[in-house]
Amino acid sequence: MIAPALPRRTTGALARRAARAAAAHPTVAIGAALCALLVVAAVLAPALAPFDPYEQNIVDRLLPPDSTYLLGTDSFGRDVLSRLLWGSRASLIVAVSSTTAAVLVGGTIGMVSGYVGGRTDLLLMQVMDVLLSFPSLLLGLVVVALLGPDLQNLVAAIALTAIAPFARIARAPVMSLKERAYVEAGRALGFSHARILFVHILPNILAEVLVMAALWMATAVRTEASLSFIGLGIRPPAASWGSMMRDGFDNILDAPWLSVFPGLAILLLVLGLNLVGDGLRDAADPTLRTE
Amino acid sequence: MSPTHSAAADAALLQVRGLVKHFRAGGRLFRRAGAPVRAVDGVSLSVRPGEAVGLVGESGCGKSTAARAMLRLIEPDSGEVRFGGTDMRAAGGAALIALRRRMQLVFQDPYSSLNPRRTIGRTLTEPLSVHGMLRGRPARERAAALLDEVGLPPAALDRYPHEFSGGQRQRIGIARTLTLEPELIIADEPVSALDVSVQAQVLLLLRRLQERRGLAFLLVSHDLGVVRWFCSRVCIMYLGRIVEEGSVERVFGAPRHPYSRMLRDASPVPDPARRSDLPLAVGEIPSAASPPPGCHFHPRCARAIAACSTAYPAWTETGDGGFACHNPLDG
Repeated sequence: MIAPALPRRTTGALARRAARAAAAHPTVAIGAALCALLVVAAVLAPALAPFDPYEQNIVDRLLPPDSTYLLGTDSFGRDVLSRLLWGSRASLIVAVSSTTAAVLVGGTIGMVSGYVGGRTDLLLMQVMDVLLSFPSLLLGLVVVALLGPDLQNLVAAIALTAIAPFARIARAPVMSLKERAYVEAGRALGFSHARILFVHILPNILAEVLVMAALWMATAVRTEASLSFIGLGIRPPAASWGSMMRDGFDNILDAPWLSVFPGLAILLLVLGLNLVGDGLRDAADPTLRTE
Repeated sequence: MSPTHSAAADAALLQVRGLVKHFRAGGRLFRRAGAPVRAVDGVSLSVRPGEAVGLVGESGCGKSTAARAMLRLIEPDSGEVRFGGTDMRAAGGAALIALRRRMQLVFQDPYSSLNPRRTIGRTLTEPLSVHGMLRGRPARERAAALLDEVGLPPAALDRYPHEFSGGQRQRIGIARTLTLEPELIIADEPVSALDVSVQAQVLLLLRRLQERRGLAFLLVSHDLGVVRWFCSRVCIMYLGRIVEEGSVERVFGAPRHPYSRMLRDASPVPDPARRSDLPLAVGEIPSAASPPPGCHFHPRCARAIAACSTAYPAWTETGDGGFACHNPLDG
């Protein structure tokens, strides 16, 4: 009656699985490295930046990259590299905090909506549809215009635009998962709805939400750039990659480095986030977790 | 009109009377709902301690819904469910959870009944900790003992469901129901998703549990061979109602309801001498949203008489159960 030899256990804490996944998928390692680079740049900006990011130097305006100014200077003679390093802080704060807020609020709304169903679901999803019907930039614009431009309001505005997408992406799988027999088994075993939803269903949708979160951080960086450009985000003279890129458009033909380097930084960040998102998805799926 | 089982009522572990569950389809904000689907339309049955009762019927007759309504996993519309003398439907909160603990469900699909992201150990220890019975090492030891009882090695504790075959998973599902020491197991088609050779293993396991632990079973199945082997009593269900009840030998040996006989004859028996002169299964089971008037079975029944299309037949008691038919077969 004893079963034939069972396959060996695939063990490990998440960290070890991640390490193995990195070895197996070098692209994930590259993505993680890019993201880590951003975090290091943001944290160590004061130590790494060769110049004061706000110090204007009329003599050294619009200099191309050279040995003194590694990435050139902008139209006020400020060092682009220093501004990029300081600007990474704004990008990091906006991307991480707005996405975290959106995942928590939107994800919870979506999960509860999908699990409860019926009228509650109908009502919540129609509210989400109303939110979705506004272009996210417009929605962010309205919020910042109402609350006033500062970093906190920018984060709130970008988070608000992401609530509906996260609610949607969390709701759909919950609707199908709640019909699984193990959910019914949980109820028969006397588990609470909260336990079923957050202990049994949540881990099964986490992968999708995390992939979406990694992607959304990239969107948040872009939205921050757009809002900063029209003066509703990071206020000058503080630097953010988005505002630097937009500022550079004025001199795009004479001094392309002004836009190219911030653009490159955004590109690498977005790439890193996407690669990590894919890696997370693979690591979180037990059926892909083989010897 | 509904069976009463007065003899069984006193000693019954599970006593169900007039259980009703209708589903309303399509009723949204501004649209009118269609006719309700009468999935369970007045089901009565009882299970005594240590007894195995079969609930048999074709797909779509409402047997799974009835099983879930008994546990209130689906809220029944009306009817009475008493477990060990306590009213299931009046119980709420902690009292309901305490009652559910005493009767557990085994599922048809061994692939979706276990959470794919939890190790078997976590799946088996979770009910113990949620109910404050055992935690930590003692819980794990208990889980290992349960695995042993269903014939799996303790090493299975650290594996994930996808590493097991269907039969192994079904045994893990059975071990999970045993964590809470239930008195009754409602098994919803426990072997119909398994290979025939594995079916026998799982059925033998259930039989052993019944003998060793004195467990009562309500076995929901469309497989008469399984019910005949495993159960001592059987209820035949058709379109939301029980049409015949009795001991397995009597119902399958000398069915009184033509539907019971049709089911029996549709199920292969290795004995050409018992080949029947009744036609085999005729037609399809009608929609439970618009059951035929009178006896629900009359459009498919070879013995239908005039009364069958006008009035639902009353319940006739027999020694060990009863049947609902205007023109029953000879006993």
